[in-house]
Amino acid sequence: MKKVFELFLSFFKIGAFTLGGGYAMLTLVEKAVVDRKKWIPNDEFWDMIAVVQSLPGVFAVNTALYVGHRVAGTKGAFAAMLGAIIPSITIMLLLATVFREFRDYPVVESVFKGIRPCVVALILAPSLRMIKSAKVNWKTAIIPIATVFLIWWCKISPAYVILAAIAGSVIYAFYINRSAKKKEAKP
Amino acid sequence: MIYLQLLWVFIKIGVLGFGGGYAMLSLIEHEVVNHYAWMTTTEFADMVAISQMTPGPISINLATYVGYTTAGIGGSLLASFALCLPSVIMVYLILRLFMDKKNSALLDNTLKGLKPAIAGLIFAAGLSMMNLQNFPDFGRGQYNISVIICVLAFVASYFFKANPILLIVLSGVVGFFVY
Repeated sequence: MKKVFELFLSFFKIGAFTLGGGYAMLTLVEKAVVDRKKWIPNDEFWDMIAVVQSLPGVFAVNTALYVGHRVAGTKGAFAAMLGAIIPSITIMLLLATVFREFRDYPVVESVFKGIRPCVVALILAPSLRMIKSAKVNWKTAIIPIATVFLIWWCKISPAYVILAAIAGSVIYAFYINRSAKKKEAKP
Repeated sequence: MIYLQLLWVFIKIGVLGFGGGYAMLSLIEHEVVNHYAWMTTTEFADMVAISQMTPGPISINLATYVGYTTAGIGGSLLASFALCLPSVIMVYLILRLFMDKKNSALLDNTLKGLKPAIAGLIFAAGLSMMNLQNFPDFGRGQYNISVIICVLAFVASYFFKANPILLIVLSGVVGFFVY
């Protein structure tokens, strides 16, 4: 029971003090879970992160659930998850209430007039960085271009686009796996 | 009814949200602005800025805000939990399956194929926010401050990896003095 409470507290602190989303939390989680509490060995932690990273959903919640489950079973999983999200929900609720109250004030409106174009830039920049890190070449460039075209121009729900992309990627992954096996079998 | 809609929307986003908070933006925008019209494109932009500046996972912040706007405190809790629900199920089912090295290579390759599509998804979210509501002085007067802010923020973020919170605060200050 003590461990469950400690899990909650660790993730609560991490949730309350990290700005910038899930990936920014990662070093803090590592410090708490691997270095300080020594709950999980270092290489196991990073192996697990590699898997958790590829799952859909909230990255921080997936990490909390896995660490919690690994350390203290189902109770631990829920304690860690609640710890990670409760600060976020509370602070955001307060801000939302305040913001909706003061949104129509001219000062607030002019500040946000400046912020909105910045937000657009902050969304475009990581998408281009992602294209770079995915090593998109002239042949595969059709994938992001088609995605943008379908969602932005044709107004097709991104949900369908993702489902189609998943189907394509799974076929691609099986194909890669098979050709890798063939290479192994040859010599 | 609104509760059921929130539940359905955020479960869907929890299941399909590959690639973190930014990748979810496109999904959230489609549902919240285009499909259900729960908020305008300017409020969506404001919400993204506030979520970015609030500690914790960005997608949880977004879910809380959307839930609060549409159905009060109950709605905000419901939306956040709906977003987490698929994760809970997945950690119990899929994670066990994929901790196996062989399966995890398959998942890895799937993700590699998915990545360019996710990049496109995020880009589309940014593009659809490029409108006259978010760039009010575009084509009016000789100085397009909003375009200048956007370009400078893009350069700072893309080439210099500037802290997004700092950029939001700076452009807020510019907005305060200019508008």
